[in-house]
Amino acid sequence: MVTNILLELAQILTIALGAPLLVGVIRKVKARLQGRRGVPLFQPYHDLRKLLVKEAVISENTSWIFRFTPYLLAATMLLSALIVPLLTTLTPLGWMGNIIVLMYLFLLGTFFLALAGLDAGSAFGGMGASREMAVAALAEPTVMIAIFAIALRAGTTSLDGIIARSAADPLLILNAGHLLAFAAFFVVALAETGRLPVDNPATHLELTMIHEAMILEYSGRHLALIEWAAGMKLFLFLTLLANLFVPWGVATSTSPDALGAAFVALVVKVLLLGIGIALLETAVAKLRLFRVPELLTGSFTLALLAVITFFFVR
Amino acid sequence: MTTLWQKILKTPVVTEPRAVSPDADIEVLLKQIDARARQRFGRSLHIRQVDAGSCNGCELEIGALNSPYYDLEQFGLHFVASPRHADCLLVTGPVTRNMADPLKRTYDATPDPKIVVAVGDCAHDCGIFKGAYGVAGAVSEIVPVDVVVRGCPPTPRAILEGIFRALEQEKK
Amino acid sequence: MMMDDALMQSIFIWMCACFGVGAIGALVTSRAPNLARVVGHGLALLGALSALALAIAGLAGGQVQVVLPELLPLGGGVVLGMDRPSAFFVLVIAVGAIPATLYAIGYTRAYQGKHSLAALGVTLNVFLAAMVLVTMARNVLTFLFLWEAMSLASYFLVITESQDPETERAGLIYLIMTHAGFAMLLVGFLLLANATGTMNFAEWNARSGALDALTRSGVLILLALGFGSKAGIIPLHIWLPRAHPAAPSHVSALMSGVMIKLGVYGLVRVGFEWLGIGEAWWGGAVLMFAALSAVVGVLYAMVDADLKRLLAYSSVENMGIILLGVGAAMVFQSFGLSALASLALIAALFHTLNHAAFKSLLFMGAGAILHAVHTRNMEAMGRLIKKMPQTAALFLVGAVAIAALPPFNGFISEWLTFQALLSSFQIPALVYNFMFALAIAALALTGGLAAAAFVKAFGITFLALPRSAQAEQAHEVDGWMRAGMAILAVLCFGLGVAPFVAIEALQNVTTELVGAPAAVTFDWKELAVNNAFATVSPFWIAAGLGIFLLALPLGLRVLRANTRRRYYETWGCGRAVQTSRFEYTATAFANPFKRVFKALYRPVKQLDIEFHPESRFFVRTITYRNETRSVVEDAFYAPIYRALRWLAREARVIQSGNVHMYLLYIFIALIVLLLMTR
Repeated sequence: MVTNILLELAQILTIALGAPLLVGVIRKVKARLQGRRGVPLFQPYHDLRKLLVKEAVISENTSWIFRFTPYLLAATMLLSALIVPLLTTLTPLGWMGNIIVLMYLFLLGTFFLALAGLDAGSAFGGMGASREMAVAALAEPTVMIAIFAIALRAGTTSLDGIIARSAADPLLILNAGHLLAFAAFFVVALAETGRLPVDNPATHLELTMIHEAMILEYSGRHLALIEWAAGMKLFLFLTLLANLFVPWGVATSTSPDALGAAFVALVVKVLLLGIGIALLETAVAKLRLFRVPELLTGSFTLALLAVITFFFVR
Repeated sequence: MTTLWQKILKTPVVTEPRAVSPDADIEVLLKQIDARARQRFGRSLHIRQVDAGSCNGCELEIGALNSPYYDLEQFGLHFVASPRHADCLLVTGPVTRNMADPLKRTYDATPDPKIVVAVGDCAHDCGIFKGAYGVAGAVSEIVPVDVVVRGCPPTPRAILEGIFRALEQEKK
Repeated sequence: MMMDDALMQSIFIWMCACFGVGAIGALVTSRAPNLARVVGHGLALLGALSALALAIAGLAGGQVQVVLPELLPLGGGVVLGMDRPSAFFVLVIAVGAIPATLYAIGYTRAYQGKHSLAALGVTLNVFLAAMVLVTMARNVLTFLFLWEAMSLASYFLVITESQDPETERAGLIYLIMTHAGFAMLLVGFLLLANATGTMNFAEWNARSGALDALTRSGVLILLALGFGSKAGIIPLHIWLPRAHPAAPSHVSALMSGVMIKLGVYGLVRVGFEWLGIGEAWWGGAVLMFAALSAVVGVLYAMVDADLKRLLAYSSVENMGIILLGVGAAMVFQSFGLSALASLALIAALFHTLNHAAFKSLLFMGAGAILHAVHTRNMEAMGRLIKKMPQTAALFLVGAVAIAALPPFNGFISEWLTFQALLSSFQIPALVYNFMFALAIAALALTGGLAAAAFVKAFGITFLALPRSAQAEQAHEVDGWMRAGMAILAVLCFGLGVAPFVAIEALQNVTTELVGAPAAVTFDWKELAVNNAFATVSPFWIAAGLGIFLLALPLGLRVLRANTRRRYYETWGCGRAVQTSRFEYTATAFANPFKRVFKALYRPVKQLDIEFHPESRFFVRTITYRNETRSVVEDAFYAPIYRALRWLAREARVIQSGNVHMYLLYIFIALIVLLLMTR
């Protein structure tokens, strides 16, 4: 019982406190690739601390939905942190939901963020909301088919179960279907977390914004919650990618040694994925908005191919 | 793609160390923020640049701050698009009649605590446009200004120095 | 818990009495419209409450049998009976009818002086009674008679506001489609009755083995077309987006929330009971048409700026989702995977109940808005959340529920549907595996698009600034209407947090239909499918969200965060003016979707610019038309219509006007009849 509580506490603290560090690492790597000294690694923590001393300037046109959304967004991410198998296949609260539950929790956050974007009555917010919902809707089929592909192989859709059964297979990394599903899920992760080539998180041009456009009206503690939730979403997606598709290192018990090793493995895997994202963002340019559906259709095709491969190679 | 990566791998980090600019002409007018805010801003300051009718000379120098040579991000400074996200307003230009009201609105849209840094001779006292028919007044006549960085245009180092001066602790 | 059958019999009689007295009472008090409104709708409410009692008794295992051979002299007379599937659908009817009738007491006040409240009262009672009795019908003629009564009553309800030509046309198309469906049902039923030798539903399952494959498939297709047109499946849906917006809002709620579910009832009976174990391709066909309906329905909802039509298209989408479950269940059943069939059917039936709840809520909300703003056009709305805060909150609950988001009921039923479809890998046929993969993709796309459509529906209607003078002067609606909506909002939340209540009842229903229980275990805290293939804890998800929502402000307090709040204008880049013209519109919101799916929408753009005669630099007027066309109507109905017109023109030859020709026709017909009956 005590181990379970400590384990869940460790999970939630890792995600909650580690998210800004992940964002900092990605920014630092991108800066170094651009030949600049770059942001200090812990900058996102300073940003959040600073935001907490600022007042919240709220538009007169908004309603309670605007003030409610940041709290809901952070709450869905924290709840997801409890469910995601971060360190072990015996996550104490893992039975609360499977991967479909996670995707719909994320969609709940996106739904309210889009409403908040429309709430202020500015054209930017409406534009961001419209584009965000379009990207989210088009990414859903890919997610579900990729889940189908990995669930087929594992015989279960419970996250812990998928990792347990994949970890037992050493040749997994060479399986074509597995690689295809990984590629599809990676593209979806980029789309859902607002990374290049779908959305540029560092842009200042409103017409090129998707996620940023919805949060133009936020300030102070609300903005801090939203930025933190966005960082947590990125961490959660990278954790899913790391643990579902590259399951080695995930503990199969709850002994302290296994958990410690799992923590180190997680950090290494997520950092590698983060550096990979930084490299990708440096190499590609943002896609025109109406080319994004083509990208998502491409990733859907990859996921469908993964499913077909699993049918033929039972 | 390969040429890009070759270039990336060959180019080292070119950021120059921070140095005080010998010709910086900086004047501190106000201190709008308290010690707690100043300490937090010292590590992370989000800047919204407002062009109140300038000739864009100052903008070019401010733009240079984003380049790898000066790289203002290493100090925790960051340019943002929305004044709601900003802690510091960097204002350039003699405030023209058409930009007086938008500047006031931008100032009001920025959440407290905030600082204002006026950049350039025009922002200080309308510069060479003083008395012209299209000019409403200096920046300090429209919004409260913490620091003025004079020059036409001031160097990027001077501008950086001005921003830091605004965040300095109270002198004993 | 075995219900005393005599008690159930009395509940049944009491229910019929309420509806009967309601109808007659409304007629009798037609001179006093206020009284007619209260009597008609109040007694309908009482009837609906007794229907609820009847349903609960039926789900617990109670039986009731009513045989009236003298009422209908052929085909075995009127036979009514209750089994668990019927009881479930009566529950769905009650869940839709109780809030709707409560709501109607307040809503129809606005019709006083303009339309006959007595007529509304009579037709509503007949409609509700017919719907409940249809699910209890146990032989062909009873069923058909009650079905027709239901359709006619709903037609009269739809054309209440007949001064609007759109409404009349909508009613006409509805009448034609419902009778086309009825014709299919008639032929199908008579074929089946002829082949099995009996008109009683109860005996068809046993005798279905004697049918040859052609008859079975033919009957299935006919009955599927008939029930499918009532359910609103593509391509038989064209009456839905016309009739539901035209009807008064409580009628739209009843039609969308309840009546179209009777199409599902019929399909479930056909697929699982009357024809025995079906062929695999039947389920596959249902699955494919359902996937098509789901995606196309929500795509049309996405681009519509008429609030009630958006909701109507969303009903098409949700019927698609329900039939995905039914089709999957039929496929599983044909492969002998009865436990999975039961699971898929539970998902479909649970979604039926949920949809009744949230769609009725949404239509009633739309009715409240219509009442306050006098328009259905979303482009004229805005800021209603400040003027109608309670309606807004209730509509939000409906919108979040229909977008299948936790912690509401839509999420659980869509989750269950996903689990059923994901379990399809147990089917040994590759073609069906692939079909199920496509179905999963379609369901996922629908889920995302539905969320987008309801961001639009709620956001444009309620948020930001009012886009018209009517929206500025809106006011909150009366207590009756809010009470009706509140009941459903509470139900949506309740079923979302504690779905095990419904699933327990559904397990019994599907076991009766499919023959085996689903591999679902549930208690108050967890719902597990197929031995930990998937688990979810609806209660703890809701509780978790609640706990974090309370903890976060406290955490901010602990970190000594600045809690000041200052109100200022929206950031408009320093612009001095901020009006509603700067906001996003519903059409603009739907633009990315219009562009991505333009192959379906076939948008027609037309831009006319009128310049000042003296200079091309000055513009007088700009007219911009951007219309989406219905592919189904262009490709499917237009050719049929053209063919029918051609046929009618050619057949005019018979009407020569010559009396001698007509006498010859009569003579030939007589000879043919005599020869046929030899």
